[in-house]
Amino acid sequence: MAMIEARGLARTFRSRRHAVEAVRGVDLTVHDGEIVGFLGPNGAGKTTTLRMLTTLLTPTAGTGTVAGADLLRDPVGVRRRIGYVAQAIGATAGGSDPNCLVDEELQIQSRLYRIPPREAAERAKLLTGQLELTGLGRRLCKTLSGGQRRRLDIALGLVHSPALVFLDEPTTGLDPQSRSNLWDHIRSLRGDLGTTIFLTTHYLEEADALCDRVMVIDQGKIIAEGTPDGLKRRISGDVVTLSVSGDPVLARDVLARLPGVREITMDGRALRLSVEHGEEALPGMLRALDGDGITMESIQLARPTLDDVFLTLTGRSLRDDSRGADKAEPEPGAEPASVLADAGHS
Amino acid sequence: MTFASDTLLIFRRQMRLSLRNPAWVIIGLIQPIMYLAFFGPLLTRIASSGMPGIPSHNPYGFFVPGLLIQLGLFGAAFVGFAIISDWRSGVIERFRVTPVSRLALLTGRVLRDVVTLLVQAVVLVLAGLAFGLRAPLGGVLIGLGFVAVVAVSLSAISYTVGLLLKSEDALAPLINMIVVPLMLLSGIMLPMTLGPHWLRDVARATPFGYIINAMREAFAGHYFTTIMAEGIAVAVGLAMACLWLAGRAFVRENA
Repeated sequence: MAMIEARGLARTFRSRRHAVEAVRGVDLTVHDGEIVGFLGPNGAGKTTTLRMLTTLLTPTAGTGTVAGADLLRDPVGVRRRIGYVAQAIGATAGGSDPNCLVDEELQIQSRLYRIPPREAAERAKLLTGQLELTGLGRRLCKTLSGGQRRRLDIALGLVHSPALVFLDEPTTGLDPQSRSNLWDHIRSLRGDLGTTIFLTTHYLEEADALCDRVMVIDQGKIIAEGTPDGLKRRISGDVVTLSVSGDPVLARDVLARLPGVREITMDGRALRLSVEHGEEALPGMLRALDGDGITMESIQLARPTLDDVFLTLTGRSLRDDSRGADKAEPEPGAEPASVLADAGHS
Repeated sequence: MTFASDTLLIFRRQMRLSLRNPAWVIIGLIQPIMYLAFFGPLLTRIASSGMPGIPSHNPYGFFVPGLLIQLGLFGAAFVGFAIISDWRSGVIERFRVTPVSRLALLTGRVLRDVVTLLVQAVVLVLAGLAFGLRAPLGGVLIGLGFVAVVAVSLSAISYTVGLLLKSEDALAPLINMIVVPLMLLSGIMLPMTLGPHWLRDVARATPFGYIINAMREAFAGHYFTTIMAEGIAVAVGLAMACLWLAGRAFVRENA
């Protein structure tokens, strides 16, 4: 069953002078139990789409069914069945009142979903345990750390055990530790409860680490969709970097003739190749170079990151506006997938 | 009924927040009490020397109703700031994604403001009694009724403007621009009958003069008069109009 089914969703913001088409005809399907990432730079239309899917914004065009309720005809039905955690950056924060106690927030959130007080207290206890907020119940929200506050935001979105949760930029602004900790929580949400999760992010590592499927949105349109691995393979190919001790120009000409090699860039004696199915192409490359008597010093095969994907699709790097919190973190997508091979080893 | 229980839910939450930080409620009270202490004695002198429109035997019966409205103008009219900070912390949006009645997000808050203002008003009336106010209990209760209805109008409209502007920097001058002339034209300090014709005409086009006059009638024990009927009509009409506008702003799909 499809948890989210949207067709032609569009939203135009009008001011006196001009109209801005924030989202222009988005079709999307999210299946039961999936973790789907909505990836795009700031201003691409991620949040606007999310706000339409969560009944916070009426689409100017399009239709949709969310968690079994019609988006336009039964918005309250949608609200009853989904959880929503707003982004905690920009003009607005993630949803908890700085001057409320953690317990109060959890309690009222349950009451808003018509959960009776006693059951609400049980839910609060369970969620604080699950999201490592135990013992913080009597603290004012403003005294929590960034990671704790974000986990509280998420707990608030889960009080009614929704089958579908929307997370808008769940880890933006968090330090790397809190971030990977939150990833674990999001994974176990699906793993333990089968919750369907739709999240937006402009961190490629996040999409890579969490999502079964990624949709890339840019300028209000979905421009690519697939598993993180599939997207990377389809769009960028693998990256082979090698250096030779002989003539790099000759090596380049030899390699350019091989099937599957798309693009070669040369930097001194180092060559960077974009190759389809890198691990299958490697032996052929080694043989060809060896056959022409070119000695190789090193060779390395790497999978492209989603950043490369985005660059290929849009000509722009996501990196440009995602600097900051992720600086300290290695890119999980960029680990070398293969060997350092000795020259002349065939 | 879910609307009523949602309203109560929001009311209790807001009330708890107010009680956690009662400083503002107290600060809001200090201003009218200062008027009572520092301006009241001047007024009694003026009244005893014979000023048309102010009863010389009971000047506080003239003054206290004005201060009650002033309390409302400077208390309830500024609650819009709170909705901006709620919006900023994401609370408004978080609540709007739940099945709660969106109208209750307004009415629960308005109810809290009414209760807060009534408590302040009772304290002010008691202080007035200490200064020499003489008024029948029924009249005082009617006066408090007016205070409650005025609080509904002002707080509803203030939330609406706050929610639409989403900026404290814009809200503060806007409210001042509206509230100060309304206060001056309502005859809080001195009777408008002292003014020239044009000023009286302008004042007649604003609502609070009618309401204050009716409250003064109530404090004087005159309950069944045209002035009272006008005051009630204006107060209730204003509250309905403000609630209607605010309701639209809170319930509409996009905020």
